[in-house]
Amino acid sequence: MLSITETEVVSFSQELISRCNEVVARYPEGKQKSALLPILHFVQAEFGWVSAPAMDRVAEFLDIAPIEVYEVATFYTMFFLQPRGKYVLEVCRTGPCCLVGAEKIMRYIEQKLEVKEGEVTADGMFSWRGVECLAACGMAPVLQIGPEYTFYENLDERRVDELISNLKSKQ
Amino acid sequence: MSRKLLLEHINVPGINTFDVYRQNGGYRSVEKALKTLSPDDIVEEVKKSGLRGRGGAGFPTGMKWSFLAKPEGVPRYLVCNADESEPGTFKDRYLMTYIPHLLIEGMIVSSFALGVNTCYIYVRGEMMPQICILEKAIVEAKNAGFLGKNILGTGYDLEMYVQPGGGAYICGEETGLLESLEGKRGTPRIKPPFPAVSGLYNCPTVVNNVETIAAVVPIINDGADEYMKIGIGRSTGTKLISAGGNLNKPGVYEIELGVPVEEFIYSDEYCGGIANGKRLKAVVAGGSSVPILPANLILKTVNGESRLMSYESLADGGFVSGTMLGSGGFIAFDEDQCIVRNTWNFARFYHHESCGQCSPCREGTGWMEKVLHRLEYGHGKLSDMDLLVDVSKKIEGNTICPLGDAAAWPVASAIRHFRDEFEWHVNDPKSAMERNYGLAHYADPLEIEVKG
Repeated sequence: MLSITETEVVSFSQELISRCNEVVARYPEGKQKSALLPILHFVQAEFGWVSAPAMDRVAEFLDIAPIEVYEVATFYTMFFLQPRGKYVLEVCRTGPCCLVGAEKIMRYIEQKLEVKEGEVTADGMFSWRGVECLAACGMAPVLQIGPEYTFYENLDERRVDELISNLKSKQ
Repeated sequence: MSRKLLLEHINVPGINTFDVYRQNGGYRSVEKALKTLSPDDIVEEVKKSGLRGRGGAGFPTGMKWSFLAKPEGVPRYLVCNADESEPGTFKDRYLMTYIPHLLIEGMIVSSFALGVNTCYIYVRGEMMPQICILEKAIVEAKNAGFLGKNILGTGYDLEMYVQPGGGAYICGEETGLLESLEGKRGTPRIKPPFPAVSGLYNCPTVVNNVETIAAVVPIINDGADEYMKIGIGRSTGTKLISAGGNLNKPGVYEIELGVPVEEFIYSDEYCGGIANGKRLKAVVAGGSSVPILPANLILKTVNGESRLMSYESLADGGFVSGTMLGSGGFIAFDEDQCIVRNTWNFARFYHHESCGQCSPCREGTGWMEKVLHRLEYGHGKLSDMDLLVDVSKKIEGNTICPLGDAAAWPVASAIRHFRDEFEWHVNDPKSAMERNYGLAHYADPLEIEVKG
């Protein structure tokens, strides 16, 4: 669901704007809308999620209607339309990963973080969710963490423990 | 040992950098193509090589290229489909991670052949690390004079850009991909017009898979005749197979097309057999969309011939007793795996990934998921199997893009070959919840009657 209650205006840093301009230059004149997905990724990396005011700002930047941004952001599963934990553990839940224990890993993460799929831990650090095939079936089970989308492969409970404690100590 | 055309140098330290790649014979095909061949020569060579699309459909690449319209004054585009998301497939990730310059080299030669001056590599958004790798490699190639203006002094200009997706399986369908590249929802287009006539920005466009583009490099380097010597019949050359599931050595293997399936699964050169000393129950040979086969049918055809890893041999027997090579996503199931649960899992995947444009797919995939869920969790009815087959038949062929077919085939084939396991879930739900149905006769030699 889009949250459209906020009235704040999102402003983009000069650095973000120059990166956006760089992307727009990849496409022919008048086809700047092609930059929409790359820019939404930038926005999510910068703000942690894609809010309605941020989407309005993207629309303004690309000179397209806000609805053109909303319809795209809601279509693609990578864009978070609600605030999430600082680290979102996205575990592959599709067939080949399940053959080697992905479901067990998800149950373990749920227990360990003490939050349900999609929720945020009390300290705001973690969320987790099952996602569809991450194209890493030979290294299954796998999970990824944005915004760099680092991969963690051949997961077992010990590796999940390590990963979570490393992330906790990183802050 | 299979000959390696794509992964020959994969273990050379630093092969991901331009310098090492170049020292190992990299970018020779660009020199050869731009300096000694005409674009038409290259298209002819690719046609002759018999190279077929490695993304799943297996359509002859040279023919696809020759369909490209060439109106005066209109730009043409080459778009590389690196939106690898078919469950079971992870070869393109591997190739882009470890030998990114091979893709860039192939893109340059292919772009030259097609008269393209701007090309895009559309990479699935989750592969951010690979996007960074490719962008770095593009800069290196550009600094070395293989991209940009007046490449190698030949007067040919080419710009190459990497485009991230947003996490949508449907964007692996070529017109869905083009919509996405234009900054829209990835809903496939009605064809005709085909992209060759009206693709990206309504301009003539070719969309090819990562591996297909990479295969152009050895074809141009060594010639189509050499390429055709590898493989069997109309399955020429080598193929990357992503092997996953319950195998001793899952991973990406480059095989000469025509290797026996049995050898691929059990030999130490490849997968090294089934993990934990278990027996093979079933295989999905070409990515989740293709029909699942029980062990006996994947190892031998109904006629008792050894089944080979080739487009034709895997398809032997049609959908009654055969399957497809597809994208080469090879998933092995050991005797402890539940086919009903896996079929439900795949159905959930297709429901999740359906773009919602066509009613049969949008509604049908959700319906199948629900029915399979109740079967898996012990609330199924014996009539559910016929219902599933009925729904799958009403999706198949009735949608704009092949996602509908891709959703229908795994369900229909699982019921075709494992019906007794589904029935067991209905007749004995308590046991079905607690333990696996086991091997039944699926691993037995093929003397048993194959139901039509």
